[in-house]
Amino acid sequence: MFKYTIKRVLLMVPTLFGAAVLVFFLLRLIPGDVCELRMSGEGGFVDDEAIRICQEDLGLNDSKIVQFGTFIYGFMVFDLGESMWTGKAITHELNLRFKLSLQVAIMASLISIVIAIPLGTISAIRQDTWLDYAVRTFSIAGIAIPSFWLGIMIILGLLISTQAWFGEPWMPPIEYVSPFEDPVSNMVQLIWPSIATGYRYSAVATRMTRSALLEVLREDYVRTARAKGLLEKIIINRHALKNSMLPVVTVIGIEFAFLMGGLVVTEQVFNLNGVGKLFVESVQNHDFNMTQALVMLVALIFIVTNFVVDIFYAWLDPRIRYS
Amino acid sequence: MKPRNKLAIALGAGAAFALAAASPAMAVKRGGVLNIVVGSKIPSYDGHRETTFGMIHPIRPFYSLLIRVNPDNPQSTSDFQCDVCDNWKTSDDGKTITFKIRENVKFHDGTPLTADDVVATYQKLIFPPKGIASSRKAFYGMVDKVEKTGKYEMVFKLKYATGGFIPALATPFNFVYSKKDLDTHGYKWHQKNINGTGAFTFVQHQPGAFVEGKRYANYHLKGEDGKPKPYLDGYKAISAPKMAVRLQAIRGDRAQIEFRAFPPKARDDLKKALGDKITVQESDWNCVMGFSANQKLKKFQDVRIRQALTLAMDRWGGSKYLSQIAIVKTVGGMVFPNHKLAATKAELQKMIGYSSDLKASQEKAKKLLADAGVSGMTVELLNRAVDQPYKVVGTWMLGQWKKVGLVPNQIVLPTGPWYAKFRKKKDQETMIDFNCQGVVNPLIDASKWQSADIATNNRGNYIDRQMDKWYDQMNRTGDEAEAASIMRKYEQRGLDEKAHFAVNFWWYKINPHRSYVKGWNIAPSHYLNQSLDQVWLDK
Repeated sequence: MFKYTIKRVLLMVPTLFGAAVLVFFLLRLIPGDVCELRMSGEGGFVDDEAIRICQEDLGLNDSKIVQFGTFIYGFMVFDLGESMWTGKAITHELNLRFKLSLQVAIMASLISIVIAIPLGTISAIRQDTWLDYAVRTFSIAGIAIPSFWLGIMIILGLLISTQAWFGEPWMPPIEYVSPFEDPVSNMVQLIWPSIATGYRYSAVATRMTRSALLEVLREDYVRTARAKGLLEKIIINRHALKNSMLPVVTVIGIEFAFLMGGLVVTEQVFNLNGVGKLFVESVQNHDFNMTQALVMLVALIFIVTNFVVDIFYAWLDPRIRYS
Repeated sequence: MKPRNKLAIALGAGAAFALAAASPAMAVKRGGVLNIVVGSKIPSYDGHRETTFGMIHPIRPFYSLLIRVNPDNPQSTSDFQCDVCDNWKTSDDGKTITFKIRENVKFHDGTPLTADDVVATYQKLIFPPKGIASSRKAFYGMVDKVEKTGKYEMVFKLKYATGGFIPALATPFNFVYSKKDLDTHGYKWHQKNINGTGAFTFVQHQPGAFVEGKRYANYHLKGEDGKPKPYLDGYKAISAPKMAVRLQAIRGDRAQIEFRAFPPKARDDLKKALGDKITVQESDWNCVMGFSANQKLKKFQDVRIRQALTLAMDRWGGSKYLSQIAIVKTVGGMVFPNHKLAATKAELQKMIGYSSDLKASQEKAKKLLADAGVSGMTVELLNRAVDQPYKVVGTWMLGQWKKVGLVPNQIVLPTGPWYAKFRKKKDQETMIDFNCQGVVNPLIDASKWQSADIATNNRGNYIDRQMDKWYDQMNRTGDEAEAASIMRKYEQRGLDEKAHFAVNFWWYKINPHRSYVKGWNIAPSHYLNQSLDQVWLDK
């Protein structure tokens, strides 16, 4: 297990390097640069000299090799550099956004688990009954409905219904407050995007739980347990559920990693100042430094999450041993 | 008053046109925090370098200017008032403008403001040191020197008298900086730091979230109640890139106002939802939307083809219909509508593309194309991937060109690649072209239509020395009537005889806001009137 862990850690290096090469060169294929966008974004008079000074300041006129070297070196010494758009340290820009995205990812994952496992279990146990059909319809709707559309509907629903009932429209706050500062405001803002996202992801996990549990319930040892006279509740909770969790854990783990930087549209809809929104802005603004840093961060999150999931597998199933 | 002095003010003049909210007759109330939503991300804090409203809206309240557009009358194009100055005088020859600086102004760090600071500011703006960007340096080509003549007095010495100077000084990006800060910290310090003399002091900036300011107790301007402004306790400029979010924020009272603009449907939806809890202010906008044909390409070097392209446009009809779905409205020429230098409707209708007889114009367009041997020609329109008003107007233009037998095609690119294509490659056929400015200053605004080797925002890539000559004459004449006469010739050549450019519509600004927000009056530019010192909340 120790050797396996070391091997996985060492494999991160070429994976991250590959991601770095890919993002660096792909970004530079897109025409336009951050200085043009800053200085001529409004269609008025354009000062070519101002653009040139900006490009020199940002090192955009250096050779690609020099720029790549600077980028890789910075990443190795944990110096992500400065945003090309704001000039501020990338770590400073990421700090607040990372906390918000992490909180939304955790809340959405929790909601996803709370919905998926009970519903998936009920659906498997009551297969082909009206309860099973209802759960399957609910989960298919979750897969079919885009989470950003659901988000828009939630906000509109809140605005319209509060106006109808209380005479004044209400919508969730659009500024983030830390949960340690004001937990109520924090929850009032983040519960809605967490529900919109969590529902979407619970749909996948529900289906996975149902399929996995149905397969396990057909195993010989479950038939043996029933033959022994064990209560169905004990068979499900003690024997079947744990064994069916392996694929569910994989799904939830990968989804969590995706939530950390992938909630691009949901963050736009709810105006969340998260990593996804920062991603969109930095790509639109041709902020190479920020985009590169974000891609590397998300790649790292994916690699680490997958690693944690694999370790968790070994805990869940003692038969699994990595060599 | 001598004619040249008159011109110094009058060339900024124009008839006002607005549906601005009337100044409230009620007494102002103090207190409260104004929440604004802003649709763009702040680059740096340096007004001298940046060009985006995404910087002006959150940062302008921390700074003062030397002079500014009167916030109580921002629709007027000649009503400039002192901000950190007390008064100014122009010499008889119009070439020396002397400013008396107020003696009661302090920076937020407590340093008193003197003429040294204003001189240092304008030295940075007009004569920046090597390696320091000043994005509007070219507005001040007429300035020879900026000098201090006393502790609270300074002069601008001009190479020639021009009516474009005073409006250029009122550019809202001309933040007055402290000389001490420039000397101590360097010329890049203001990109990441704020120390101004504005009505609000900087509290915090959460990147991507909001900028917060609080009332500056030692602000130099007094309010209607005789006490120092501002009336507000503070403000928060909240970042909200999506228009739907900004609209919902105002509807849900999470924000009270947005200073750029909303399209007509958004205004209607808000009004329908909230009734008289929403006030709508509307105005012509100092942004012109048109198109230009790339004269680097042989295809568009024939003036008949360029004339046909503009003749095809049903401007009067388009204005009526597009103004219902897009932020465009007024049909005009090169000059901001209703400005003294703007063409009247009768003068416009003498130029091609402005006739109310659309059928005749379209027939003429077809004939010109046939004479040039290009009937049924394909035309590519390069457009920006932004809905309002680019894609709306671009799509409408395709329909207009089809009616004269052309085969148009639209290429829509995101902003970055769009800029790269016409600035670097310069291989576009035709393109949606626009010109957004701050203070209405026709002499600066019209500089775009000089030759491409002079005007860096000339998208037609043409060389026309007659246009350059007239522009120079217009800029240097001290006589209002002469300037107007030259402008007519300049416009007629640019839009008609040579068809270097085609103006379709002037943009139209619609600002719905919560009715309890008082004191803010709509200006003809989204860069103007953002100091917030005159805003108060009636609640």
